[in-house]
Amino acid sequence: MTGPTVTLMVAVAVLFATGFHLMLQRSLVRIVVGFMLLGHGGNLALLLAGGPSGAPPLLGGKDDREMADPLPQAMALTAIVITFGVTAFLLALAYRSRLLTGEDEVQDDVEDRRISAAERADPDTWTGDPVEGGTEPAPRDGPEPASGGAGPGERPPGEGGPSGEGAPPDERPPGGGG
Amino acid sequence: MFTLILLYAAAAVLVPWAAGRDGRALGYAAALVPAATAAWAVARAGDVAGGHDDTARLSWAPGLGLTIDFRLDALAVVMLLLVGGVGAVVLCYAARYFPSGPRTERLTVGTLVAFAGAMTGLVLADNLLVLYVFWELTTVSSFILIGAGHPERTEDRRAALQALLTTTAFGLVMLAGFVVLGETAGTYRISEIVADPPGGAAARTAMVLVLLGAFAKSAQMPLHAWLPAAMVAPTPVSGYLHAAAMVKAGVYLVARLSPAFAETGLWSPLIVSVGLVSLLVGGVIALRQDDLKRLLAYGTVSQLGFLMVLLGAGTRTAALAGVALLLAHGLFKAPLFLAVGVIEHEEGTRRAYELSGRRRPVLTVAAALAVASMMGVPPLLGFVAKETALKAFAHGGADAAVLAGIVAGSALTVAYGLRFMHGAFGGSADEEGRPRTPWGLVGPVVALAAAGFAGGLLTGPLDTLLAGYADTLPAPHPGYELALWHGLGLPVVLTLVAFAAGFALYRAFGRTFPAPPVRWRAPDAQDAYDGTVAATLAAARGVTRRVQTGSLPAYLAVIGTMVLLLPGVGLVSGLLRGTAPAPSAERLSGWDEPGQPLLVGIVVVCALAAVRVRRRLSAALLLAGVGYAVGGLFVVHGGPDVALTLLVVETLSLIMLVLALRRLPDRFPPRRRTTPARVGTALLSACLGGFVALFLAVAALSRTAAPVGPAYAGPAREEEAKNVVNAIIVDLRALDTLGEIVVLAVAAMGVAGLVLTGPGAPPLRERRTVRPGPTHGMRGEPSRPPPAPREGRTRWLAAPGRPPLGGSSVVLEATARLLGPTLLVVSVYLLVAGHGRPGGGFVGGLVAGMAFVLRYLPGGKRELALAIPVRPAVLLGGGLLVALASGAAGWLIDGAFLYQTTYHAHAPLVGDIHVPTSLFFDIGVYLLVLGLVLTILTTLGASLERRPDEGRDGGAEEAARDVAGEEPR
Repeated sequence: MTGPTVTLMVAVAVLFATGFHLMLQRSLVRIVVGFMLLGHGGNLALLLAGGPSGAPPLLGGKDDREMADPLPQAMALTAIVITFGVTAFLLALAYRSRLLTGEDEVQDDVEDRRISAAERADPDTWTGDPVEGGTEPAPRDGPEPASGGAGPGERPPGEGGPSGEGAPPDERPPGGGG
Repeated sequence: MFTLILLYAAAAVLVPWAAGRDGRALGYAAALVPAATAAWAVARAGDVAGGHDDTARLSWAPGLGLTIDFRLDALAVVMLLLVGGVGAVVLCYAARYFPSGPRTERLTVGTLVAFAGAMTGLVLADNLLVLYVFWELTTVSSFILIGAGHPERTEDRRAALQALLTTTAFGLVMLAGFVVLGETAGTYRISEIVADPPGGAAARTAMVLVLLGAFAKSAQMPLHAWLPAAMVAPTPVSGYLHAAAMVKAGVYLVARLSPAFAETGLWSPLIVSVGLVSLLVGGVIALRQDDLKRLLAYGTVSQLGFLMVLLGAGTRTAALAGVALLLAHGLFKAPLFLAVGVIEHEEGTRRAYELSGRRRPVLTVAAALAVASMMGVPPLLGFVAKETALKAFAHGGADAAVLAGIVAGSALTVAYGLRFMHGAFGGSADEEGRPRTPWGLVGPVVALAAAGFAGGLLTGPLDTLLAGYADTLPAPHPGYELALWHGLGLPVVLTLVAFAAGFALYRAFGRTFPAPPVRWRAPDAQDAYDGTVAATLAAARGVTRRVQTGSLPAYLAVIGTMVLLLPGVGLVSGLLRGTAPAPSAERLSGWDEPGQPLLVGIVVVCALAAVRVRRRLSAALLLAGVGYAVGGLFVVHGGPDVALTLLVVETLSLIMLVLALRRLPDRFPPRRRTTPARVGTALLSACLGGFVALFLAVAALSRTAAPVGPAYAGPAREEEAKNVVNAIIVDLRALDTLGEIVVLAVAAMGVAGLVLTGPGAPPLRERRTVRPGPTHGMRGEPSRPPPAPREGRTRWLAAPGRPPLGGSSVVLEATARLLGPTLLVVSVYLLVAGHGRPGGGFVGGLVAGMAFVLRYLPGGKRELALAIPVRPAVLLGGGLLVALASGAAGWLIDGAFLYQTTYHAHAPLVGDIHVPTSLFFDIGVYLLVLGLVLTILTTLGASLERRPDEGRDGGAEEAARDVAGEEPR
């Protein structure tokens, strides 16, 4: 009985590495591609986990080799179709993002940036009042320079590393109307 | 009992709904429900006193031991009397107090009914978890009631939130206690726990946790801050909250569990000390208040402390005094609040020094009766209770300290009672020309105060009622009975001492309005609460600011790093130290089949290239390369079903990507990442890939048990299926598949929602109006006849339009026309063949989708609209329905969801026919997958079509034109 095959492992490793690398990018299409690569990697991993190759799992067939494990195949099959559906969803997201912002890029969460910006601008604008503090934060007092999306100068501390790509542009009106 | 609870629920819903007609009448009608409760309790009291408890049980999930138990015993009767009686009076008062009309106040009356219902359920509950549910229902009701008066005022919202947060937070602590208690005792039935209390450290911990919840609910020091803050609520609410509901819940819980735990060492000392502190400090603070309601609120804190002392002490006499005081407190605190409500109603203020001092003789007498009962003046119920309390602790020893505390507390009660009377009714101004106070408001005050008076006279019947509970506690000094006069003794002397001291205190500290400022300021519980809330919020913001940078790549990088750090390091260190499980006999091999290295080579090259490329289309093509090569690997490995599905999916994905890419720029935006960041990303990704491969290798080499997969061959054979993979999908693990197709349906709906709605999408009106009959698809076939076929061409398609990608092609059109129906037939074959050969619903549906893709690619959206028989949404829903129905049919066949079987029939000429019921499930899958593909085609395909002459971003207008079916220019 042959053991796990190295070549398949190499394929899984490469697929996971490239898939994850692409998912770390900002372009949504790259993320979609990365997602699908990860999907392939996952399916191959399922296959690997099922043991060595063999005859197709058809009963009464003429192939006299030992039957390949059918369970991971069933899982992989449904996983493939689901990946397809989710990919379609991601593509629709990319399209919508492009429609709304003019870019198909993943932007930083505006709310998070605002909290960060407000905190540094004036920590005292946050009262201890859970009712008032939550709904009427800094913009009323207006000390923070960029409510609703940080400008180019606004970069929260600690955003070096992989996230250090430009600041998000403000939300633009829909690009419709040609 | 269930009927009673349901009655409350119905009334709570109906009152706000119907109160628009005649609020006053409905308020009185709503009062009937608590009145009926009280009447029922009285009617049952005789039986209960005779030892026949009333029980009701509803098994909800017997397997989990979840039952809803109710039980009416002596204590519950007393509480119901209070909850129902005071509730009815308060509702009558509320009917007059609130002008009928404004929505919030109607809501208040409805919620008051719900509040009474929750309290009734809490009192009747004989299961810790049921009790907790009703406990939190009272919390939620009180939150609404406190905030409903003036929701626009910050102070009111803050007070409501404070009540909610305090009682809920400690309610959760209590729930933890309940769970520990229930698990230790082996049952959640309160009556069983009381009959056979668990011991040990776990039970003691549970006890303390439960007590914390009770203390917070009953506003014991130092968790009392929410109660005075809640004085912003409308007066009927405050009155009910203090007298009968909410705060009495904590006291009730202590009373309920006292028989079980009074013997354990911690219970009584803990409760008595907390209660004494509340009794004294509450009284002192009450003596300094100018706001009449706040004065009463701190008085309540003090009295609740007294109740805690009595009910937690764990002797018969103390418990007898406790329940008597419980009743008395309800009967004197409610009228006092209602009286303040009357004053506030007329004067617009509750501050004693701002009152006009107008005379209200009837109200004054009623309030004086109530205050007298509070102070313990004979012959009122409060006096009886207090005498009994003094008697209970008049046996020397450690009780002497408690006795002293009670006397001091009584003195403070006398002092702030006098202060209240002075502040509320002390004036002597004229009342010329003022309207008389309506009897609808004064009546309830008088009724409650009179009940307190009557209770003092009717000690005999009262004793039979209350002794039923008190007898459940140990009685070191038996034989005490409630009575108005026990003869001269220590209690009477102490009462006189308390009166004298109280009067002196009032003369010294209580007479001036406004109260003189305090020279020393003790740390306030309100400050503690504010500080806690502020600190929590600050911590949350700090964490959010540091952790949540808002950048998706950063989050993913953190996740990846954690995967490497925790399992990755664990795996590597385990390998290095040799603690891994012993490897099995298997060894790594280079490859199984000769084709594998070649295919893996293609995968690697394409995947790496996909990372490097700058053009979107190239990335899509390389991705397809990876997909086809992986499909090849599946073929080589022995998985024809998977390979078949993957190949079709890859084709569809490629087309889908290309269709979507029409709307996106050719090239990716330039990378703006710094070099270190880029290197870091690449390194992280490479490590992650390496980790996954290493993990797989180790896992495969450490296999100790045989794979379960081949074992599925047996059951598949029994089902007469030859294709094991298909049998697993549609039969053996059909529930998984059902879940998966639901995911697909949701994804399809999400795609449609993202593309077809929102800015840039055609208005819904247009889409509706232009949609033709059911035979023509969803994208709106034009109402005018289709354009004539182009000159000089054979017409291959039904409605050739502009192709979505590039120019028109005769070859493609002819292929589509000829191959489309063939593909559909093939797809049906695949569906049916899945039972015995490679195929099945998934791949069948995908192939059927390909047929429509073929029509769409050369013909454009009009052709697609003509080709699609029904709307994709119908296919999605229909597919799901068919799958569910075939699953439900399993119930009919064998009583199990998704049970599958095979029917045999013999038809002439055809021969034997086997019809597995799983085929119908597979048909559902087929339809749903087809619906998914069509949804994608109509959204990412047809909706995104663009005119050649149009600018970059013509989404909205153009989509609208598309739908309206206008001619391309």
